[in-house]
Amino acid sequence: MTEASKPTSPAGPSSDAPLGPVAQFLRATEIDTRLLGMVGALLLIWVGFHVYPAIASGLSGNGFDFGLGNFLTPRNLWNLSVQTSYIGIMATGMVLVIIIRCIDLSVGSIIGVTGMVMGLLQTEFLPQHLGLGHPSIWVITATVGLLLGALIGMFHGWLIAYRGIPSFIVTLGGLLIWRGMAFLSASGRTIAPLDERFALLGGGPYGTVGAVGSWIVGGLACVGVLYLLKSGRASRRKHDFPLRPMWAEVFMGVVGCAVILGSVLLVNAYPWAKGIVANYAKATGQTLPEGTFISHGYAIPVLLLIAVGIAMTILMNRTRFGRYVFAIGGNPEAALLAGINTRWVTLKVFALMGALAGLAAVITSARQNSATNAMGELDELYVIAAAVIGGTSLAGGSGTIYGAILGALVILSLQSGMVLIGFGDGSYQKIVVGTALVLAVYLDILYRKKLK
Amino acid sequence: MANSGTPLVELRDISISFGGIKAVDRVTVDLYPGEVVGLLGHNGAGKSTLIKCLSGAYKADSGDILINGEKVEIDNPRDARALNIETIYQTLALADNLDAASNLFLGRELVGRGGFVDDSSMEAETRKIMKRLNPNFRKFNVPVSALSGGQRQSVAIARAVYFNARILIMDEPTAALGPHETQMVSDLIQELKAQGLGIFLIEHDIHNVMKLCDRASVMKNGQLVGTVNVNEVTDEDILGMIILGKKPAKAA
Repeated sequence: MTEASKPTSPAGPSSDAPLGPVAQFLRATEIDTRLLGMVGALLLIWVGFHVYPAIASGLSGNGFDFGLGNFLTPRNLWNLSVQTSYIGIMATGMVLVIIIRCIDLSVGSIIGVTGMVMGLLQTEFLPQHLGLGHPSIWVITATVGLLLGALIGMFHGWLIAYRGIPSFIVTLGGLLIWRGMAFLSASGRTIAPLDERFALLGGGPYGTVGAVGSWIVGGLACVGVLYLLKSGRASRRKHDFPLRPMWAEVFMGVVGCAVILGSVLLVNAYPWAKGIVANYAKATGQTLPEGTFISHGYAIPVLLLIAVGIAMTILMNRTRFGRYVFAIGGNPEAALLAGINTRWVTLKVFALMGALAGLAAVITSARQNSATNAMGELDELYVIAAAVIGGTSLAGGSGTIYGAILGALVILSLQSGMVLIGFGDGSYQKIVVGTALVLAVYLDILYRKKLK
Repeated sequence: MANSGTPLVELRDISISFGGIKAVDRVTVDLYPGEVVGLLGHNGAGKSTLIKCLSGAYKADSGDILINGEKVEIDNPRDARALNIETIYQTLALADNLDAASNLFLGRELVGRGGFVDDSSMEAETRKIMKRLNPNFRKFNVPVSALSGGQRQSVAIARAVYFNARILIMDEPTAALGPHETQMVSDLIQELKAQGLGIFLIEHDIHNVMKLCDRASVMKNGQLVGTVNVNEVTDEDILGMIILGKKPAKAA
């Protein structure tokens, strides 16, 4: 077992044979091969859905038409980003739950009940006290939603950690109970429309940060990427650890910034519809010429997902709490013997999951500008699937936040792609997503075997 | 060896039972600084259970634990660690999915600015101590599941030694090791002993007991058979205590 820094001898045994260019590249950049595989699979899905109409029409004898693909368009990708955001937000929490060898089946029902409570709060309760359209309504409502979600999660976590009931049972019960509560909260009514400011959190045309805002966000993100690379290098040098070759650092910086700026160009390339522009002009009293191009930019829920993703990544990789979550998943007894309060950590993981479900409820109700008791139904399964497709092991102990977000993106890509190619019927979607889930886990098992 | 003064550790009349079965029944043992006390007995004699009362994994039903003559309460592993009691468990108690540094500092992570764990410093410290304990150790950036039995053992030992232990509990530290690594552990025990640590050593190999221990306490069926000075008895005597549960007449 020689170290990487040691130059390999030209006539060494096969295990020390010089690496191929691909392996060398991967080692120098330290890119996770699983991440690469997921990105590859995602691109394959995207391109597949994009060219499918052309191929299908070619096969049906109408001649090839390469103008038909509409998957890889700013409009579709922008919508995809918004659809991914709320499943992705919950998937980041589900990663922690699964890492500690638990499961949470109740997140969809938590969306239902917190969504209904927030709906009632902002349309019926708060306007009575603050007046309709009061600017603080959305803040109070969203905060209550998050806290209620956290409280429910905390209760689940307490039953699991301190009362020893298996998480599968507690959250299966929760799935039924909170869905029932969601119905009872308003006797099954649909609550609409919601507070105007609250609705922006769902990311309609107005719920975006616009072109300039997106450039600012993108610029900050690029600065962040470069700072991380620089401080990482400085820290390695300080402790005399092997450094990445300079070209690899530059490559990572360029790719990181290119992806960020590319996404800015993409979301800015999707303009408001004519009607929206006209409404906007009327509302602001401006006269805008016909065909004025106003960019959407990043949608607010997407920014929320990015913020949650960053915060959760820091939590998992840079805090004691994250370390303990991994340790509990790897060996619960060892964690206990190392003096970790494993019950308290478990409770906190479920509380966090509940709060994220509350945030997802904010987004999903704001997006449809209404609250219904069926909100979030079956979402628990998509959230678990996203985490698992993203490489979270159901055996516990391993999983990544970015993987879960990518997993959510894969699932939502399959769903929206099926709609675009004319298989929007729910049953086809379910078949495809189910197949993808089993296939992804099988590939992961093969990958792990090969790694050993 | 004449032990005088206050013992470093005294476990007095410790009893603990599980589901009505007395795993440890009124056992008293002690340990002085710079001393290695072997704990011997068949599987299920209660050695590991007794020692887990000291390391905080179990709480004794009755009996007292005294450190330097003062009564202490050890309710959990954190309490034990705070009293500078470190344990190397038979199972090693490593989180297989974490690397050596994360395991070494598990529960006692070094934190830097803003309360974030300082992985670089922890790895640097781990490299330092591993250089001393096991100079061949190189695998700092892989999960410990990828390490050999001996390498895993050295991580567990490093964890116990790093935090300035005064009392060390070693539960069959050489059970999974080859001859070379066993020798390394023996050398380490001698070195730590010279530094004034007290060591409880649970050991099955009678030769290691004769070689490493100053005294040996033998248990059978949860009870203490007796404690002997190793240099006053033969290995036959100790084996007799383990098998027959009788203390040899001359050492009584």
